[in-house]
Amino acid sequence: MTAETVVGVGRRAAAADFRTCPYTGLKVDAAAQTLIKANAVAAVVFLLIGGLMGLLVALTRWPAVHLLPADWFYLVLTGHGANVLLFWIIFFEIAVLYFASAVLLNCRLPAPKFAWLGFALMVVGAIITNVVVLQGESSVMFTSYPPMMAKPNFYLGLILFAVGALIGCAIFFATLAIAKQERTYEGSIPLVTFGALTAAIIAVFTIASGAIILIPTWLWSLGLIGEIDPLMYKVVWWAMGHSSQQINVSAHVSIWYMVGALLLGAKPLSEKVSRTAFFLYILFLQLASAHHLLAEPGLTASWKIVNTSYMMYLAVLGSMIHGLTVPGSIEAAQRKNGYDKGVFEWLRKAPWGNPAFAGMFLSLVMFGFIGGISGVVLGTEQLNVLMHNTIYVPGHFHGTVVTGTTLAFMAGTYLVLPLIFQREIVWPKLAKIQPYLFGIGAAGISLFMMGAGTLGVARRHWDITFSDAELSFAHSAGAFLMMGLNGVFAILAALGGAIYVLVVVGTVLFGKKITAGHKLTFPLHAGGGAAVSQYGSHATTKLPGTIVLVAIFFVCFVLYYFINWKYLSELWLFR
Amino acid sequence: MAVTPPAQRIWWNEPIERVELTWVIIAFLWGLFMFGFMIAWHFIGGQNLSREAYRIAPSKYEAKVEEFAKKHTVREEKGVPVVKPPAGSDIYILGRLWQWWPILELEKGQSYRVHISSIDWQHGFSLQPTNINIQVHPGYEHVITLTPTEAGEFGIVCNEFCGIGHHTMTGKIYVTEPKRAESGQRLADGR
Ligand code: HEM
Ligand SMILES: [Cu+2]
Ligand SMILES: [Cu+2]
Repeated sequence: MTAETVVGVGRRAAAADFRTCPYTGLKVDAAAQTLIKANAVAAVVFLLIGGLMGLLVALTRWPAVHLLPADWFYLVLTGHGANVLLFWIIFFEIAVLYFASAVLLNCRLPAPKFAWLGFALMVVGAIITNVVVLQGESSVMFTSYPPMMAKPNFYLGLILFAVGALIGCAIFFATLAIAKQERTYEGSIPLVTFGALTAAIIAVFTIASGAIILIPTWLWSLGLIGEIDPLMYKVVWWAMGHSSQQINVSAHVSIWYMVGALLLGAKPLSEKVSRTAFFLYILFLQLASAHHLLAEPGLTASWKIVNTSYMMYLAVLGSMIHGLTVPGSIEAAQRKNGYDKGVFEWLRKAPWGNPAFAGMFLSLVMFGFIGGISGVVLGTEQLNVLMHNTIYVPGHFHGTVVTGTTLAFMAGTYLVLPLIFQREIVWPKLAKIQPYLFGIGAAGISLFMMGAGTLGVARRHWDITFSDAELSFAHSAGAFLMMGLNGVFAILAALGGAIYVLVVVGTVLFGKKITAGHKLTFPLHAGGGAAVSQYGSHATTKLPGTIVLVAIFFVCFVLYYFINWKYLSELWLFR
Repeated sequence: MAVTPPAQRIWWNEPIERVELTWVIIAFLWGLFMFGFMIAWHFIGGQNLSREAYRIAPSKYEAKVEEFAKKHTVREEKGVPVVKPPAGSDIYILGRLWQWWPILELEKGQSYRVHISSIDWQHGFSLQPTNINIQVHPGYEHVITLTPTEAGEFGIVCNEFCGIGHHTMTGKIYVTEPKRAESGQRLADGR
C-alpha cells in the first residue's frame, strides 16, 4: 500500500463520527447508528399497522365474532400480508444489515446519503401501497396472482420499496468492502456478519426475481401489456416469495447467534459448521419455490421432486444444523458460566427474565417445532395436496415468520434499544412478559390454523358457514372450534405485540439516557464481549442437554411426517 | 464469539465437534430418505397428482363442459344440473365466479378422468371433507384420474381467493354405492 492511500484512508475514516460502546467496546459510526434507528422505527410502525390488521382478520375468522364485512376482510387481509411480511420484516432486516456490517466491524457506513435515499424509497413505496390498498379495488392479497388485477400503484409501491431495499443491500456490501480495505477488523468477518451476508446475497436474488415479475405486472395493470400467464407468474413470483423467506431465516438465525454471544458469551461450536450451514441457504434456495407449486397443473413430478428435495432439503439441512449449534453453543457457554449440574441446569438457570434471551430461545424452539416441521411436510410433493391453500398454510408460516422471525427480531430489539438508541428500557416488568405473551399467542394461532387446515378450512376465506352460497356445505364442529381458539390466541398475540410497540416507543421517547457507568436493567454477559467457551471437541464440555432437545425434535419430526402419509393414504385415489 | 472474528483465522481448518458431525449425518440421511420416499410413493402410493395438462382457451373449455353436462344430466338442483356420467368416462368440472359447475354423481370404486379448469380467475378445487386440494388455472385443462373410495355427499369449496364472492363459491359431488346390477346392465348395453 502506498503512503498516499494510507493517508487517504486515514482522512476518510476520520471524517466519520465514531463513539465507543461502553458495553461491547465496539466503535459505532454515528451515521450508521441513525440509519439503524430510522429503519427500526419504521419497522415497528408497520408492525403496529399490520399487527392490528392481523387481529381484525383473526377476529373475522372467529365464527362467533365474524367482525368485518366481506369486502373489508379481504382488504384488511391484503394489508396485513403486505405490512407485516414485507414492510415490518424488511425494514428491520435493513437495520440488521447495517448493524452487522458497520457496527460489528467497527466501520463507517459509506455513502450514508445514498442509504437515506434507499430508506426514503422504502417509506414512500410502503405508504403508496398502503394508501392504494385502503382505497379498495386492490384487495388482491399480497401475492397478487393474475388475472386478478390491482390498481397500478399497488405494484408501483412494491417496486419502489424493493429498489430502496436493494440500495440498502448495496450499502451493506460496500461497508464490508471498506471494512476490509481499511482493516477495521482482524481476520475473517464474524459469524453474525456472515449470516447477514447470506441474507443480503439472497436478497439481491430475491429482488431481481421480484423486478422480473412485478414490473411487467405493473405495465399490465397500466394496460401496456396484454396478458400475464398465471402459471408463469407464479413460478417467478415464488422465486421471490420463497427466497425472501430464506432472507428472514438467515437474518433471524444471525440474531440467535448474536443474542447467545452478547448475553451468555456463547461461541459457535465450530465456525466451519455454522458457516457452511449458512452457505447451504445460498446454494440451495433457488428453485425451492417449487414447493409453492405442488398442486399446479402441468408441472412434472420429477421437476417438483428435484426442486423440493435436492434444493429444499439441503436448505432444511442448514436450518437443522443451526438447530443444534445454536442451543449447543449456549449450553457450552452456560456450562462454562458455572451452570454445569445435570443435563438441564444450563437451561433452567438461563436468563429467562431477560426478554432478549426469552424471545430468542422461544423463537428457536418454535421455529423448529412448529414452522420447520410443518414446512417440510407441506413441501412434500404428494402431501401438499392434503393442505394446499387451506388455512394450514398460514398456520405453517406464522410458525416460521411470526414465532421464528418476528419473535427473534423482537428479542434483538431489546439489545438495540440500550446499545444503539442508548436508552434504558422503560417498564421492564412489561418487557419481561412480552416475549411469553407474544410467543404463546403466535404459537397458538399457528397450531390452531394448522389444525383447522387439516380439517379442510380454506385460507383467505370470509365465511366458513357458506351461508350465502347456493350449494351449502358444513364444516365439522372441530373446524369451528379450531377457528375460535385461533381467535382467542390472536388476542394474546396482539396483546404481546402491543406491549412490544409500547415498550419500544416508550423507551425511544422517554427511556433514561444511558451514560458512562450505567448498569443495564437487562445486563449483557459480564465478560464484556469475551467468549467463555472454546473451539473444538477437546476444549468444549459435553452437551447432553442439547442432544436431548435435538433428539426430541427429531422424533417429533419423523412421527408427524409419517402421520401425514397415513392421512394421505386414506384419501380417494388419484393419479 | 459470534459477533467477533473467528479466533482462528483459518476457520475452515477447525476440527468439528463429534455431536455436530453426528447430527449433520443424521439430518442428511433423513433428507435423503424423504427424497426417496417421494419417489417411492409414485410406485407404492395411490395418491399422486397427475401432470397431464393442456393449454385451452377458456371459451372452448366452457363449451366442452356444457356439452358434457347436456349429455348426462339426470336432474336439477337449485338450477344447477346434476350430471351422472358413465363409469370410467371423461368428466368435466368448471370453476368460475362463483361456482363449481355442474354437480356430479359418481359411483364408488369407479375411476373417472376428471378435467378441471377455470374460465376466469384462478380457483382452488378443495374437495371436502376428504381434503383434496388442487390449484385451478384459466387456460390450463388439468386431467386427473380420480377414484372415489367412499360414498356420500361431498362439497367442493374454493380455496384460492377469487374476489368478493370467493366464500360463496361451492360445488357438490355425490358418490353412490356401486350398483352391481346396473353396472352389469351397462356392460350389456355396450356403453
Ligand atoms: C397479532 C399477530 C397476528 C395475528 C393475530 C395474525 C393472524 C393472521 C390470520 C388470522 C391470517 C389469515 C389467514 C387467512 O384467512 O388466510 C393471517 C394471514 C397472514 N399473516 Fe398474520 N397474524 C399476525 C401476525 C403476523 C406477522 C407478524 C406476520 C409476518 C411477519 C404475519 C404474516 C401473515 C401473512 C403473510 C398472511 C397471509 C396473508 C394472505 O393470505 O395474503 N402475520 N394472519
Ligand atoms: Cu417457500
Ligand atoms: Cu374461486
